[in-house]
Amino acid sequence: MIADPMIDSRISRPGVPLIDGVEKVTGRARYTVDLDHADALVGRILRSPVGHGEIIRLDVSKARALDGVVAVATGDDCPFTYGVLPVAMNEYPMARERVRYCGEPIAAVAAIDAETADRAISLIELELRRLPAYYTSQEARAPGATLLHDNKLGNLEREVHHEFGNWQDGFATADLVREEKFSCAEVNHAQIEPHACLADYDPITARLTVQSVSQVGYYLHLMLARCLEMDSSRIRVVKPFVGGGFGARVEVLNFEIITALLARAAAGKVLMQLSREETFLTHRARPQSDMTLRIGMRRDGKITACSCEVVQRGGAYAGYGIVTILYAGALLQGLYDIPAIKYDGYRVYTNLPPCGAMRGHGSVDTRHAFECLLDRMARDLGLDPFAVRRANLLHAPTRTLNDLMVNSYGLAECLDRVERASGWRDRIGKLPAGKGLGMACSHYVSGAAKPIHWTGEPHAIVNVRLDFDGGITALTGAADIGQGSSTMVAISVAETLGVALDRIRVIAADSAVTPKDNGAYSSRITFMVGNAAIDAARKLKAILVDAAARKLEARPDDIEVVGEVFRIDSGQQASLPFAEVVKAALVDRGAITVSGTFTCPPESQGGRHKGGAVGSTMGFSYAAQVVEVSIDDATGVVSVDKVWAALDCGHAINPLAVEGQIQGSVWMGMGQAMCEETRYLDGLPGHASFLEYRMPTAAESPPIEVQIVESHDPFGPFGAKEASEGALAGFPPALVNAIANAIDIDIDELPVTPDRIMDALIQRRRQARLTSTLKVAS
Amino acid sequence: MHAPGSQPKKRLLRLRLNGRWREDAVAERELLVDYLREVAHLTGVKSGCDGGECGACTVLIDGEAVPSCITLAVRCEGRHIETIESLATQGRLSRLQRAFHEKLGTQCGFCTPGMIMAAAALLRHNATPTESEIRVALSGNLCRCTGYVKIIESVQAAVEKPHDC
Repeated sequence: MIADPMIDSRISRPGVPLIDGVEKVTGRARYTVDLDHADALVGRILRSPVGHGEIIRLDVSKARALDGVVAVATGDDCPFTYGVLPVAMNEYPMARERVRYCGEPIAAVAAIDAETADRAISLIELELRRLPAYYTSQEARAPGATLLHDNKLGNLEREVHHEFGNWQDGFATADLVREEKFSCAEVNHAQIEPHACLADYDPITARLTVQSVSQVGYYLHLMLARCLEMDSSRIRVVKPFVGGGFGARVEVLNFEIITALLARAAAGKVLMQLSREETFLTHRARPQSDMTLRIGMRRDGKITACSCEVVQRGGAYAGYGIVTILYAGALLQGLYDIPAIKYDGYRVYTNLPPCGAMRGHGSVDTRHAFECLLDRMARDLGLDPFAVRRANLLHAPTRTLNDLMVNSYGLAECLDRVERASGWRDRIGKLPAGKGLGMACSHYVSGAAKPIHWTGEPHAIVNVRLDFDGGITALTGAADIGQGSSTMVAISVAETLGVALDRIRVIAADSAVTPKDNGAYSSRITFMVGNAAIDAARKLKAILVDAAARKLEARPDDIEVVGEVFRIDSGQQASLPFAEVVKAALVDRGAITVSGTFTCPPESQGGRHKGGAVGSTMGFSYAAQVVEVSIDDATGVVSVDKVWAALDCGHAINPLAVEGQIQGSVWMGMGQAMCEETRYLDGLPGHASFLEYRMPTAAESPPIEVQIVESHDPFGPFGAKEASEGALAGFPPALVNAIANAIDIDIDELPVTPDRIMDALIQRRRQARLTSTLKVAS
Repeated sequence: MHAPGSQPKKRLLRLRLNGRWREDAVAERELLVDYLREVAHLTGVKSGCDGGECGACTVLIDGEAVPSCITLAVRCEGRHIETIESLATQGRLSRLQRAFHEKLGTQCGFCTPGMIMAAAALLRHNATPTESEIRVALSGNLCRCTGYVKIIESVQAAVEKPHDC
């Protein structure tokens, strides 16, 4: 259904609370560690103390002999690699022969209590021969560096070289060409729930049940079958409540497989609770990135060409790395109309915990560089930051140079809305000293149009059940990790059927009950699972209408459904309440289950060039934001006074949740921009607690005023697109641009700490003194 | 379930938990959070860090918000401990719980029990806190989902309904 584009896009619907919100506010919600584990053994992991080394000797006999130890596992127990990309599975759950980062699992124990498990870990004898370790991309890429993986020359996991359009001509015809280098620190998801897994193996029936913090139960299921060499039909994966994801759990994690290996070895139940430090060590987040960006621009602000080199410090194993480095180039496109683009990407293996996907996967650091440089060039040309963006807008529907579909495009309205809401035109350049305004734009995919695991199946499936009780149950494999996806499914089903929301129950992410789902990543759930839910609900509605028609002796076309009443002739002749229609429908076929599906068509799956599927989507979200800052030039402390953020989510299925997602993503961008940073000292994490890994607290967090823009995507469910990731990437550049506006200093590195501001201020004062001295001297 | 010979020294602990007195034998070094979760089965009390970093385990001890992960259980002798499980009474959510639910002050929900308990302590001391007082009172409780915007709004909404429990 194509929504009516004439509908007033201002949201007046308030939205609904989460359908599982009561459990959360009462403490009744059960997360993995809250599940019944009275009879469970305690799992613990021995981790590598060095960044790179060869395992000379690993002796677990004393640990095994300790009273109370039930199982011990090492790399010998699992000779199978795992990973998220079928082409890049180069990691063992526990190291075999070699360790490649500090904290890499080597062995594990299951014991009757934590003290015994800890003691057993301390009894494991480990001898390592140190190998040269590399903690920066530059060191790892240096000629003659020891290879982390023998088949990866230069320690490069993937090189990408893409050229679209004639970029040489583009730069030649530009009035201004500027090149800058930017660097963004590695950051972590830092979801508040530490990692945990509860695995239960029954040796009598040879069945394994794993409950974990996963965002991707299906991939976990596949990797458990692979690593434990089990028939997948004997495995059940259940997702309990999950305390945040942001990408931390979008690939299978070592401790999940280790817990299952221990449970099988122990012939029982094992609970693995990672500490916060171990949760940080498991990492899989946004890599440290170096960008060299060049933009060509005409005097009127029109971009003529862009070239970008990105180097990502990827960590020790593949993970999502290939996708991340491809995203960093692919998503240079899809936001603005750029006639020519050259991209060179290098994903580097280093002796640090593997990086992975984090909110805004692959797009954030490149977007930061781009929006900063755009602002600086606007300044050079005397153009307003809004004007330079407006000079480069796309017009939907269109396809980008790299063959990505843009089917709806609300960026122009996002710009108008934040410009107005922030009072930009009246205030820019007129703020008191030390205060500044900055802005930036960003976008993100609504699900990758081509699945990682190509099976030919539909991209999303939702089953809807209706039985004698009149309750409607939606069964989805989609992992609700707090983003409200189960609520979205409930609303989609209820709205399509026209029934009350509380008639819908959602059961999610239990492989024994719910249809397979690829998981909660790349903001795919609303778009794909939402469409599948609508499809299922339409099928159920057709069955109910047919039943009502038979009962009322009318044609199905004559049945009108108003709320939960099925009627003919506006109810003048006859009408049936919902319960009666359900009874009539069940007479013929008994309990009803219908299946709804959604698949992204081939034309949406990106270009034919190598890596062309990455970045492909049926709907991009678009965002613009304005950030207002105050800077204390005595301390370098930056305060964010307010943020105005607008996001085009196509249609807000649940405006309350959309607002919450936009605020959360803007704020996460703020953390990356201002203070978040992982730090390693000779490969040892110096950041692995919430005291060292500083995130903004309630006291430092600004009001974030949200504008929801609805561009009514022709393919989205009710016209909807994603709302959870698109706004994140705009914050860091908007902040840096606001700082430039306030104190006329351009910062090229993230995070923008008080130290960096002070260094820049001191440098400028020195320069000023030098200049004045030179003037006096001459 | 300790291995023979490793039994830690235990002591009888008497305290009032969510309004009811109870006695348990607890190890002298047992943390309050572990006592509440593993002995009293109050799993609404969350543990998000390695000690005193995130506030997810916040409970009230004699009305004061305290991180239960850096409090020894035996230090609570004779005191009144309140957890999130005590707030909904007679089938009704407390005004803070209702506000967090309706205003989306909770997303993943993991920080929520601690956040609500910290807010409850604030409102008992200060019935009409300003926005900045709310922010300061909650600054020891980390949330990774909301950017705190809707958390602040939730507390403000609860303040506006002082007559609810």
